[in-house]
Amino acid sequence: MTVADYAFYLFAILLVASGLFTVVARNPVHSVLWLILTFLSASGLFVLLGAEFVAMLLIIVYVGAVMVLFLFVVMMLDVDFAQLRGGMAKFMPFAVMIGVVVLVQMGAAFGNWHVAEGSDALRMAVTPDAGEIHNTAALGMLMYDDFLMLFQLAGLILLTAMIGAIVLTLRHNPNVKRQNVIAQMHRDPAKAMELKDVKSGQGL
Amino acid sequence: MVGLEHYLAVAGALFVIGIFGLFLNRKNVIIILMSVELILLSVNINLVAFSSFAGDLVGQIFTMLVLTVAAAEAAIGLAILVGFFRNRGTIDVEDINVMKG
Repeated sequence: MTVADYAFYLFAILLVASGLFTVVARNPVHSVLWLILTFLSASGLFVLLGAEFVAMLLIIVYVGAVMVLFLFVVMMLDVDFAQLRGGMAKFMPFAVMIGVVVLVQMGAAFGNWHVAEGSDALRMAVTPDAGEIHNTAALGMLMYDDFLMLFQLAGLILLTAMIGAIVLTLRHNPNVKRQNVIAQMHRDPAKAMELKDVKSGQGL
Repeated sequence: MVGLEHYLAVAGALFVIGIFGLFLNRKNVIIILMSVELILLSVNINLVAFSSFAGDLVGQIFTMLVLTVAAAEAAIGLAILVGFFRNRGTIDVEDINVMKG
């Protein structure tokens, strides 16, 4: 067993354990924190696999953005979580059954697969030697050369998600005074101010 | 020596945990969304493991696309959740039975 093997088992056990705690934790805030540990362990596995860029992306995008979003929503909504936990004991047998069925199915597929002959020739983008070019640079060249269309489409998906999220959550409060740019630009001195002829010694 | 099978086993276990969570927390939409994230993460582990052991970088490109879609899905899902909570005052899935907001 080398150091990398020990690291694999450490990350794998952490990943599975924290994934399990994510779904069974009583408090949703704890769930989010366990999920963060899951993603950190997964990025550790990715580093072991030699996919450094995806590993860092997982930390930045998931832990940095998506999980903070989850945490924000969990803390912002004033939900009675104890009431939502109520049915857990009722759903447990069914959930365990489904889990066992899926596990058995995957185990059946797992024990019976082999790599096809000549599959090496079918590779679209052979990974270059790690000493020659860094993983990030290799991925960048592939993404911007061969998969530019997919890259742009991914950006479009994110734009759609952004617009959708804003449209869904933006709420106009009628009690708040807002700036009306058109009205502001069409103001002129005649409407904006009034000249009073004040008699001396009397005031208004 | 850790091989491809080890990674596939970990990803399979995570996938099953995700499915398990989906059915265990049938009322709480937030945990359901987190379970979907777990499932997508297990798919990503599969893709990266195959990409690494087969020596093909396309798997990692696809992982990034899955990541993008997962992030978009989380954002939209949480936005719907916030809107639903404003209207109904609960996030119980069983209460989601009216299509008209």
